[in-house]
Amino acid sequence: MNLSVQIKKKFPGFQLDVSFNAPAGMLGLLGPSGSGKSMTLRCIAGLQKPDKGRISIGEQVLFDSEQGINLPPQWRKIGFLFQNYALFPHLTVTGNIAMGLRGLQEKEQKKIIRETLALVKLEALAKRYPHQLSGGQQQRVALARALAPRPRVLLLDEPFSALDNHLRGEMEQVLASLLSTFPGTAVFVTHKLDEAYRLCPELLVLENGRVNAVGPREAIFNNPPNLAAARMMGCQNLSKIRLHSDGTVEALDWGCLLHFPAERIKAEAGHVGIYGNHIRLGGKNDKINLMDCQVLEVTESPHHVTIKVKSVNGTWDNQGCITIDWPKEKWGQLCLPKDQLLKLSLPPERLFLTWD
Amino acid sequence: MELSPLWISLKTALAATVIAFILGITAAKAMSSYRGRLKSVLDGFFILPLVLPPTVLGFLLLVLFGRHGPLGQLLALLGTTVIFSWSATVIAAAVVAFPLMYRTALGAFEQVDPDLLDAARTMGVPEITIFARITVPLAWPGIVAGTILAFARALGEFGATLMLAGNIPGRTQTIPLAIFFLVESGQRARAAVWVLVIITISLAAITGLQYWKNRQGLTLARIKEG
Repeated sequence: MNLSVQIKKKFPGFQLDVSFNAPAGMLGLLGPSGSGKSMTLRCIAGLQKPDKGRISIGEQVLFDSEQGINLPPQWRKIGFLFQNYALFPHLTVTGNIAMGLRGLQEKEQKKIIRETLALVKLEALAKRYPHQLSGGQQQRVALARALAPRPRVLLLDEPFSALDNHLRGEMEQVLASLLSTFPGTAVFVTHKLDEAYRLCPELLVLENGRVNAVGPREAIFNNPPNLAAARMMGCQNLSKIRLHSDGTVEALDWGCLLHFPAERIKAEAGHVGIYGNHIRLGGKNDKINLMDCQVLEVTESPHHVTIKVKSVNGTWDNQGCITIDWPKEKWGQLCLPKDQLLKLSLPPERLFLTWD
Repeated sequence: MELSPLWISLKTALAATVIAFILGITAAKAMSSYRGRLKSVLDGFFILPLVLPPTVLGFLLLVLFGRHGPLGQLLALLGTTVIFSWSATVIAAAVVAFPLMYRTALGAFEQVDPDLLDAARTMGVPEITIFARITVPLAWPGIVAGTILAFARALGEFGATLMLAGNIPGRTQTIPLAIFFLVESGQRARAAVWVLVIITISLAAITGLQYWKNRQGLTLARIKEG
């Protein structure tokens, strides 16, 4: 069933204006904090009332400002997973799940509770209270509790933000396997690109209350439509450009001329970008898109090295800097003598143009 | 010794606590979800009996329930009057006890994480069930504390009771009133007995509350230790 959202809501100093259509499957809502992700979820769930717009699931209208429809959250059949789980502290795991099944007969309730607990592998902890559980277990109870009433749409508000790093990966897998059988739309809110990319085939990038990009993750990642989307995708290297009539692109901040496949030139594009790990070391056979760079700073991470360089022809401000991400071995083999320039190659097939 | 002040005091305090409990919880529930412009005005109005001198309350209640007052006339239509009756002691005690119940319950309701209520809403739980099964159990220590404070305050009420209910032995004379009039007529020894009685009851209520709270804390700690 299709989740369709078009909402507007005004706050002092902030305006939410979001519309999208999400078929069954997992949609990642990606955006920095304060971009309106959580507010969007709360509007869909009926916990906040938009000023204007329409929200529907399939044929059923949940909210329509023109028709004066605003279903209370109780009637929407939308599951919500809260950032801090929001488990009822005075009820056991069973009690927490049973809360959403109060309309059903006891036998039916018990059956669903048993099934859901099995689904999240928590059968042994049914009689525990939330504070007797670890963070990951609490998360699974919250998930079971949200799924038990068989919602048509599941909303997940930064579900991993309260977990330790090592639990995060584990919970991601639990979530992915649970949601692979979920028949409806699941909207997953996060500010972490990695999480969203791993879990969601479709992404929606929010910035400042507006939709910046929407589509399959590969498309947005490989070819972000605008600057904000490119930054959200983790692209550190963006330079202002001037398009030349011969099809070349002049990267103003980097001070170099770039060749670009003609079919990927976008009219009125304002910036060119490349991901740090797509930059190569210039070889003897490379003839185009070469840049002589001076190494400014090298930062080591466990698995890779971040090298900050500056094109010798580029501007001397922050935009002129280029950040490269290379595996550690590659950097180690290079053994660059001090003060020697680094010849970089920006492969044309890896460059992308964006609108501002 | 005439024991009627003890029974009248206990009866009055219990009845007043029941009224203050129902009205206080209702007002607290309404205020905890109310976001309107009048919030602080209403809150101030509900707290007012706590800060006003009891004589001022007594005066206002007389105006309301007196023969020419709006409620007094309404009651006259029904063929009854409350002034100088046992009901008057209950009304006076309930009014002074109400703010303690209301304020403590409101504080307790506001302590409940709003995400819990929202979570229940998205699970399809009706508002009334959310209140009964989530808000009240989680706010329970506050509600109990409010009830006991309200009871203790109702038990000690003097000024407004005297003005609205008078001092009629066997009908409206509560322990505080008995003490006052015994001292005034020079019977200090008998007054001292009542003083001891009221100290005992109040102390029992307050220490009972403390004991219960500590035990609650212990059970919680035990659960936490697993």
